[in-house]
Amino acid sequence: MKIKVALIGNPNVGKSLIFNNLTGGRSHIGNWPGKTVEKKEGRCIYNGVEMEIIDLPGVYSLTAQSIDELIARDYIIEEKPDIVIDIADASNLERNLYLTLQLMELEVKLILVLNKMDIAENLGYNIDVEALSKKLGIPIVTTIATEGKGMDELKKIIAESIHREWKAKKISYGREIDELIFKFEKLIAVERQFSTKYPTRWLAIKILERDEDILKKIKKSRNLDEILKNIDESIKVLGDEPDVALAEKRYEWISSILPQVLKGIRPVTLSDMLDKVFLDKHLGIPIFLSLWWSLFRFTYDVSAPLSDLIDIFFNRLGDIVKEYISNEQLASFIADGILGGIGGVLVFLPSILFLFFGLSILEDSGYLARAAFVMDKLMYKLGLNGRSFIPILLGFGCNVPAIMATRTIKNEKDRVLTIVVNPLISCSARLPVYILIGGAVLGEYATAGVYSMYILGIVLAVSMALLFRRIIPFFKSGRTPFIMELPMYAKPILKTTVIHMWERGSLFLRKAGTIIFLGVISVWFLSTHPWGSPIEETYIAILGKILEPLFYPLGFDWRGAVALFFGFIAKEIVVGAFSIFFGFGGEGEEESLKQYIRTHKIFTPLTGYAFMAFTLTYIPCIATLGAIYRETGSWKWVLFTVTYELILAYTVAFTIVTAGHLLGFT
Amino acid sequence: MYMYRPSRIIPLAMLPEGVRGIIVKIIGGRGLVRRLTEMGFTPGIEVTVLKSSFQGPILAMIRGSRIVIGRGVAMKILVEVGG
Repeated sequence: MKIKVALIGNPNVGKSLIFNNLTGGRSHIGNWPGKTVEKKEGRCIYNGVEMEIIDLPGVYSLTAQSIDELIARDYIIEEKPDIVIDIADASNLERNLYLTLQLMELEVKLILVLNKMDIAENLGYNIDVEALSKKLGIPIVTTIATEGKGMDELKKIIAESIHREWKAKKISYGREIDELIFKFEKLIAVERQFSTKYPTRWLAIKILERDEDILKKIKKSRNLDEILKNIDESIKVLGDEPDVALAEKRYEWISSILPQVLKGIRPVTLSDMLDKVFLDKHLGIPIFLSLWWSLFRFTYDVSAPLSDLIDIFFNRLGDIVKEYISNEQLASFIADGILGGIGGVLVFLPSILFLFFGLSILEDSGYLARAAFVMDKLMYKLGLNGRSFIPILLGFGCNVPAIMATRTIKNEKDRVLTIVVNPLISCSARLPVYILIGGAVLGEYATAGVYSMYILGIVLAVSMALLFRRIIPFFKSGRTPFIMELPMYAKPILKTTVIHMWERGSLFLRKAGTIIFLGVISVWFLSTHPWGSPIEETYIAILGKILEPLFYPLGFDWRGAVALFFGFIAKEIVVGAFSIFFGFGGEGEEESLKQYIRTHKIFTPLTGYAFMAFTLTYIPCIATLGAIYRETGSWKWVLFTVTYELILAYTVAFTIVTAGHLLGFT
Repeated sequence: MYMYRPSRIIPLAMLPEGVRGIIVKIIGGRGLVRRLTEMGFTPGIEVTVLKSSFQGPILAMIRGSRIVIGRGVAMKILVEVGG
């Protein structure tokens, strides 16, 4: 006997902590079918009873307004979980009960969890749990998830629920509205296609509210004319915003029972005082920037030695393989293909783990929401969201963790937009290319040239964000009004942080890792076959030569094109590719490589600069594409990013070359 | 000194920091009004502005929770102050 349990609740109520407590932190993460919203499932066994636990998205309501709400609602209606656990913040009962009321109307077997009881107590609230349970007609469990308190009671009540039945109270909307609801209910109840699938009173309420999703569904009704007539009639009573009228009634109902179950008044809290500082007009931005800088340094500086170790380890392993396997082709396949591929995935792991360690602390402490408040004014003007700022800034280190960090952006459209422009932010892997080419051909302007690439990246990212907002329908409608709750400040819990860090790391390995691995192997194959031929005759060179005419207007020859192919694996390999072409092996020969590029006129200052801009802009590296696929859950956005970046790169490089010629540069 | 101050109705965005008002009406599209209502912004409820500058979003306390609202949205929430 397996019980299907769905967890639901407002954002910031401690839902994921309760999920972790119930499942022991072991979960399966996927996406909701066809959506970019994440789906988390886990398992829990109590007294021999097996429970399958599904974490629904955090929502304030169950209208058809946002994807999150629709997913949660459809899951409850279609999948019919055996039990629904509504997690509410005990320190913020009034607002949290709004969702509870909507779940009661769905006529599911509902248990209310009052979490954060310690905070409620500290605020001086005294909740009469028994009285509240009677008023709602559902069992209540009180918990302090941060200390693991109340978890056994919760498991017990879930396990025993199969033997118990209960019915939540019906909320009255007042005589007039109740009569309207009843009218619709009678019309629907006679049709089996509705009455077997939906709770009829709930469906009637949704029709009365003119819920977009439900109105589509009742088009199949035999009584459609009658229903539409009744809707017209209801407008006379409820005005043209019936959903708002009903929402007000729900709050009225909550306000009417609250004084009977809740005592105490809210004092000034530590959160209020901290907000005075963190959200200060003058201090807010400097505080944010210094916290971001700490996160940035923590992510990349702490992980750099570990990444280097992984890199060295796989190189050594490769050398050993080459030494012991006499068949050169096989040795190269194992060393450069397979080990290169695995190493190429694993080098990203330390920075992803450290980033999510830091990010999780910032989020759990309540600061990340404040950062969005502080940065919103600026980001709004740039066509982005207050929460886009951190992922954009992290891109200067590496776009892979940066794209994974977009997870903190709640709005799907804002998140996808932040993801697709992120590769334009110049990551640290592109710097060696700028230094090589800039150093070779720009002379005394080399430093300025390198810096200008970073500026160009920001300018392009912002322009593309603004452009996509204007011309792409998906993003156009995406600008939802900015309304966000600020959670109370809280002490981050180490266990949660570590679980979060591990979840992200393993997701990266499983989902993005395979793509990176396959990419590395294909480029290995193209650049070493036909086996034994010099680099000029490999498949990749043939491809480069075919594409050469395309690059002619930009002033790159086939070697430039091939180097860019290699850059697809990781941008810094562009440098390595040049040293292979010109017969320079190993490191430390960079000066002579620069010399060679200069004297053999591989690039002029103008085409060199255009090449730098091209490297900045063209396609994201394989790892970044893997991260885009993982975070958007669709190849569509991967393809979109590759296409627009290629067009943009060509346009930018061509503009530089043409404008340069007109200005008399060579 | 006692001063007679009549009550007046202004957008929430115009309310200075630390001042309380009573929500009178929300003007705007159906989606916006519905969202705000669901977050607890209903007529007759007291709202306090915690943070507000002349640009950018505002932070308000309503029904015991802190809600950040974009300036554009805050212009559409009419509140009654004084009196």
